Amino acid sequence: MTWTCIDGNEAAARIAYACSETIAIYPITPASPMGEHADAWASTGHPNLWGVPPTVVEMQSEAGAAGALHGAVTKGALGTTFTASQGLLLMLPNMYKIAGELTPAVIHVAARSIATHALSIFGDHSDVMAARMTGWAMLASASVQEAQDLAAITHAATLATRVPFLHFFDGFRTSHEIAGIDLLSMEDLRALIDDRLVADHRLRGLSPDRPVLRGTAQNPDVFFQAREACNRYYDDVPGIVRNLMVRFAELTGRNYDLVTYHGAPDARRVLVLMGSGVGAALETVRAMNRQGERVGLLQVRLYRPFPAAAVVDALPTSVERLAVLDRTKEPGATADPLFHDVATALLDATTDGRRDRMPRMIGGRYGLSSKEFTPAMVKGVFDELALDDPRPRITVGIVDDVTHLSVTPDADFTVHRLDGLKSAVFYGLGADGTVGANKNTVKIVGEHANRYAQGYFVYDSKKSGAMTVSHLRFADEPIHATYLIEDADLVAIHQFGFLDRLEVLDRAAAGATVLLNSPFGSDSVWDRLPREFQQTIIDKRLDLWVVDAHAVAREAGLGGRINTVMQPCYFALANVLPKDEWMPALQEAAEQSYGKRGHEVVERNLKALDRALDSLLRVTVPATVTAGGHARAPAVPEAAPDFVQRITARMIAGQGDLLPVSALPVDGTFPTATTRWEKRSIALDLPTWDPSICIDCGKCAIVCPHAAIRMKAYDGDVLVDAPDGFLSKDFNSREVPGLRLTVQVAPDDCTGCGVCADVCPARDREQVGHKALDMLPASERRDIERPHWDFFTDIPPLDRTAVRHDDVKHSQLLEPLFEFSGACAGCGETPYLKLVTQLFGDRLIVANATGCSSIYGGNLPTTPWATDRDGRGPAWSNSLFEDNAEFGLGIRLALEQQTATAQDLLRQLAAQVGDDLATAILTAQQRDETGLHQQRARVTELRHRLRALNGNTTSQADMLASLADTLVRQSVWIVGGDGWAYDIGFGGLDHVMASGANVNILVLDTEVYSNTGGQSSKATPRGAVAKFAMSGKATPKKDLGMLAAQYGNVYVGQIAMGANEMQTVKTLVEAEAWDGPSLILAYSTCIAHGIDMATSMTHQKEAVQSGYWPLYRFHPGADEHTRPFQLDSKAPRIPLSQFTATEGRFAMLRRSDPQRAAELHELAQADVDERWRYYEQLAGIERMAPQGPDDGSDQPADDHGTTNVEEQR
Amino acid sequence: MTDLSTRYLGLPLRSPIVASASPATGNLDSLIALQAAGIGAAVLPSLFEEQIKNESMQIHEMLEAGAGVFAEAATGYVPELDDYNTGPTRYLRHLEAAKARLEIPVIASLNGDTPGGWVHYASLLQEAGADAIELNVYRIAADVHTNGRQIEDDLVRLVESVTGAVTVPVAVKLAPYYSALGHVAVRLQEVGAVGLVLFNRFYQPDVDIETLQVMPHLTLSTPDELRLPLRWIAMLRNRVDVSFAATTGIHTWGDTVKALLVGADVVMSAAAILRDGPGVVTEMVDGLTNWMDEHDYESVTQMTGAMSQFAVSDPSAFERANYLHALTTYASTFVQ
Repeated sequence: MTWTCIDGNEAAARIAYACSETIAIYPITPASPMGEHADAWASTGHPNLWGVPPTVVEMQSEAGAAGALHGAVTKGALGTTFTASQGLLLMLPNMYKIAGELTPAVIHVAARSIATHALSIFGDHSDVMAARMTGWAMLASASVQEAQDLAAITHAATLATRVPFLHFFDGFRTSHEIAGIDLLSMEDLRALIDDRLVADHRLRGLSPDRPVLRGTAQNPDVFFQAREACNRYYDDVPGIVRNLMVRFAELTGRNYDLVTYHGAPDARRVLVLMGSGVGAALETVRAMNRQGERVGLLQVRLYRPFPAAAVVDALPTSVERLAVLDRTKEPGATADPLFHDVATALLDATTDGRRDRMPRMIGGRYGLSSKEFTPAMVKGVFDELALDDPRPRITVGIVDDVTHLSVTPDADFTVHRLDGLKSAVFYGLGADGTVGANKNTVKIVGEHANRYAQGYFVYDSKKSGAMTVSHLRFADEPIHATYLIEDADLVAIHQFGFLDRLEVLDRAAAGATVLLNSPFGSDSVWDRLPREFQQTIIDKRLDLWVVDAHAVAREAGLGGRINTVMQPCYFALANVLPKDEWMPALQEAAEQSYGKRGHEVVERNLKALDRALDSLLRVTVPATVTAGGHARAPAVPEAAPDFVQRITARMIAGQGDLLPVSALPVDGTFPTATTRWEKRSIALDLPTWDPSICIDCGKCAIVCPHAAIRMKAYDGDVLVDAPDGFLSKDFNSREVPGLRLTVQVAPDDCTGCGVCADVCPARDREQVGHKALDMLPASERRDIERPHWDFFTDIPPLDRTAVRHDDVKHSQLLEPLFEFSGACAGCGETPYLKLVTQLFGDRLIVANATGCSSIYGGNLPTTPWATDRDGRGPAWSNSLFEDNAEFGLGIRLALEQQTATAQDLLRQLAAQVGDDLATAILTAQQRDETGLHQQRARVTELRHRLRALNGNTTSQADMLASLADTLVRQSVWIVGGDGWAYDIGFGGLDHVMASGANVNILVLDTEVYSNTGGQSSKATPRGAVAKFAMSGKATPKKDLGMLAAQYGNVYVGQIAMGANEMQTVKTLVEAEAWDGPSLILAYSTCIAHGIDMATSMTHQKEAVQSGYWPLYRFHPGADEHTRPFQLDSKAPRIPLSQFTATEGRFAMLRRSDPQRAAELHELAQADVDERWRYYEQLAGIERMAPQGPDDGSDQPADDHGTTNVEEQR
Repeated sequence: MTDLSTRYLGLPLRSPIVASASPATGNLDSLIALQAAGIGAAVLPSLFEEQIKNESMQIHEMLEAGAGVFAEAATGYVPELDDYNTGPTRYLRHLEAAKARLEIPVIASLNGDTPGGWVHYASLLQEAGADAIELNVYRIAADVHTNGRQIEDDLVRLVESVTGAVTVPVAVKLAPYYSALGHVAVRLQEVGAVGLVLFNRFYQPDVDIETLQVMPHLTLSTPDELRLPLRWIAMLRNRVDVSFAATTGIHTWGDTVKALLVGADVVMSAAAILRDGPGVVTEMVDGLTNWMDEHDYESVTQMTGAMSQFAVSDPSAFERANYLHALTTYASTFVQ
């Protein structure tokens, strides 16, 4: 027996890998790690059960993965894939096929919500429930141990039954929970899989030596009968699975059944559910049984084919009340799916006499999108069942004050405390290593001491300055608690700043230990604590300890990573192991975790471990709150609008769970411009402006990923009211002379990434290390900059018509309507989006593919998409990952239809609203800002006159008023990453480009699936290391731009802001003006590149100089002598190696496998050389854009291709 | 038959021409070619402790960046590979391979950063089979509060710690910037150094006048630079009982002859090999042999030190008089 601590994904993937020959993968949260494990094992040649490594292939989508799986199993291979949520939906068509052909196959699903009113990456059963009609057998695991064990049974069962199996466990709750489990040996697994069945499967595979025809088309004469021909195979499934479970128990001693009843044999009230919720329910039932309550729980494992007989047999005859709980929602159904299955089973049994009576049944929903499901909630359901007249349909875990379905949890209910239980909650910063340390702690305690261990980790939705909360439990008996810790024995706060933001002691039990990382010592810290915090310490009699972890980490050479300091402090206080065990274990763990990274890394961590306890000090807690303590600031400023105050602020404060149903929009529609109210103050350094050397170039503002450094030019008169120290200088512009200029940082919104200071070209002549922007400690600057920022925001922006938009400097005087996103510090994507909003934001509609941009753009609580002073701004929506181009096209088509309708109505109403106005609107020139401005004024006047009509034409007037906004030219942008554009959404993208529709497609090309953690896409370059391409990507990057250019009428631009801001601005302006499809490929530096993100823009420069990322524009024209392709960058002037040497994604391979790195590098250099040769030839080619039915007359004959924006440096 | 053999650090060498630490000795194929061309020993490129540390920390930071930050990328953004070869492993493998494939002695070079690091890595080099260790001492005395004595003491302690920890011979590659180089040499000999490599060339930074940035800059040595080692080897020969290697400016057979005559046991060449390839070694061997034949020298040992300060008729020529003479010659040329 091997006892180990792993998470659910790894537990399942290990079995899947061992039992498979072909594994088709595609990243989707929270299932991606299963594919990553499989790919990693295959890349090192790790064998499966039959001694060979499986073939692991990444596909372009889950639909592709399912197709490849179908093909593999059709050929007789053992095939597997991993997925979740929308990914499973994309597999449905092939799932029907595979099942219809009675072909063994397995899909492991980390069950996750399906996007409805919102996307959610968290766990529930809505995805697997959508697959319940496919004919796949379905097994549900409730814990990490089960995720492994049922995975094994699944692989054996599919071969034995010929029915394909879907094995699922709850996303995050099980997939990402680390728990101590008994590892299944490969011998036991071998004993479970019958090789004769493997051979049978192979012999059913297609072979020209035994040719067959499969996948026929059938007519009404036989289809129906043929569909019924498989029935007996389904009938046999429960029996075969049960036999395999028996066999499994013989091998391992762990007993499973199709359904398992827990609780009183004479129970009167029983719950039925499946998945991780079983853990909380089990604890509740046991606690209630101890109190003599006749209650029970039926855990369903085999969900399809539904084991009706087993359910009937397992339920005690004493049951009077039954609650079936579903972790999914089927709107409009009489009940959710599991309820139907259980009800039907009992109804059949009652009507055919196997049972005397039907219990009274209620159906409930719980846990959607990983909503907490606790014993108090389970108790609430039992309480509902105990009522004289329980409600037939309920929800639990929320407050439903609209349809009043929710039951009230029993807040006083407690479960039995496990023997030896030690629980701890840790509040950490994403970047400080807290999660990694806690995973490590779980392993140390769980594996070294042979205790039961559990680790679960909660992240917020920000990618920079994000908070993590770790929940750790250790006990001497099995841990079933599948919910967050609410009464921790120890609370560790790894960042002092959290005290001002959160109620970190809410989860502390009375008398608990509190470990605080504090820059203040044990004798001075008390007066620095917020009053609420002091009060809770006193009220709950908490034992407060402090350690200056940052000082110890700095001294050890570990920078901001304080994990190795906090971890020994935890062990010293938590008493989970004796010191003579934990200290050596921590030292060994440092060796193991960091050994292959180098001796130095290990040494520094050992040093931190060694010094940590010297700095751990107990605080003497006074009897009362001291006057010195300050009150915690409100979550949002008082000036925030009502919705933000009532709802957003609660979410920011971590209290979103407390919001009732009535607080939330019914259709998922939220206000924009909300990040400005979420003051995160996460920067450690702030850019500080020196106007005496600033050259007004605008580079800092254009590259800022967070719109946190801005330029405004204004009439100097406004400075009369300026606060002390507010800086300004004369603005050097012939276009708008006589103005003052200020470059201002938003001190609470800046992330401190340093990109602005890195690109700043203005150096002090006498001291070249000093620039117009220097990064200085935020602790010294924030208080100075706050009043300056407030004053700056009140200065009116320049009229948009006053300045040109197509150069860098003046474009940065335009107000950004994308601000303060939670993207990674130094993100390479967001500067492009911000620039798009500066240029077109007040008439912009964005269709956003799922990915990083939809998360930093649309993940609650706040959104960076903002509004201007007139309330205008980008309207934004996200459909899916795979369909974004089509979604955007739909918006465009609707817009055009609406505009045409509005124009038609306007013609009809011309007499009433005034012929002059109508004509002016219908013939308006809206190509430039002045034209747009004038048209807006006309439409405002039109609305005014329509309101005044109030007469016979009301209906038409109302119709026109509802569409009047479309008379001002709107700009539709389709935005997404390379995973969407190159892979999963390429078919749609291609179709939309072919449609000729006037849409602007912006591909934020990070050359990797950034949002799911850095998996290879078809945009990944040759020689780069990424997840799913661990040994370096062997094939070159797809040339999406040239594929698009082949259409002839698609405007294509390839840009890299850090290399040439001017070309970036020009390209965006030209693309938007092009009356047809435009595709812009924007080079976006990313944390997954393995670079210092402060130099994000410098990397782009080298990418272009080496020819790795040539800049160009393909501007179609109607003239036969048009030369549409223009290269905007010079011939490569540095070798590719000079660029790749500075990026971890390439450098890693050179370290790990120098020979392969050298081979791939040589090929990659050849790719660059050949592409440049090809592009140079293209630049000389004349080509006329294909003409439409109207001869392309709607396409502007502008001066394309003549603007020289070649790099100036 | 002309005898080219010599002894260096107590090791018998078939030829006095040694390939100095450079990229050319970092590659096994080129080492084999150099051996075929006639070198007597090879010094592998320096193992830089500081570089190892920096690389380790860089990889660590890269792997940790983003890890544990975001639910969808909980394990970070860069995949964890099996091996990053950050430590000395790759260097040691190269050393082992060189030892296995070459017949000539292989000398490992070490540039440490911490006292413990020097000893740790020197031991590893010995274990991997190095025939000798060359300590590449690189210190810029940037701290204005540290005086020359302290710097010399640090150097001596460092060398002593290494010679005390390994049994293979240890040579020290020195910079010329000591105020009393001879005394330093004596002290190093006293703590166990058996060879001096004169001199170390530092990479001097350059200034980019376009970007106004300080840039690292590497230029290959020129033959003119040989004169400094020539003088010091001539003066230290017979005064300090160690092996001498002349390095910096050894480009031709003529340079080799000069260095041997003033007292070098071996000459070390890097720039010429990097520029012209192994063929330059053959030319140096042939040229040396021809010169010896023409001048009736039977063996290199006969030549070694034949023109050291002790051996020449005018010992002061290596000291101040030499300077005066050069100045007057130069002046007369100038005023013509």
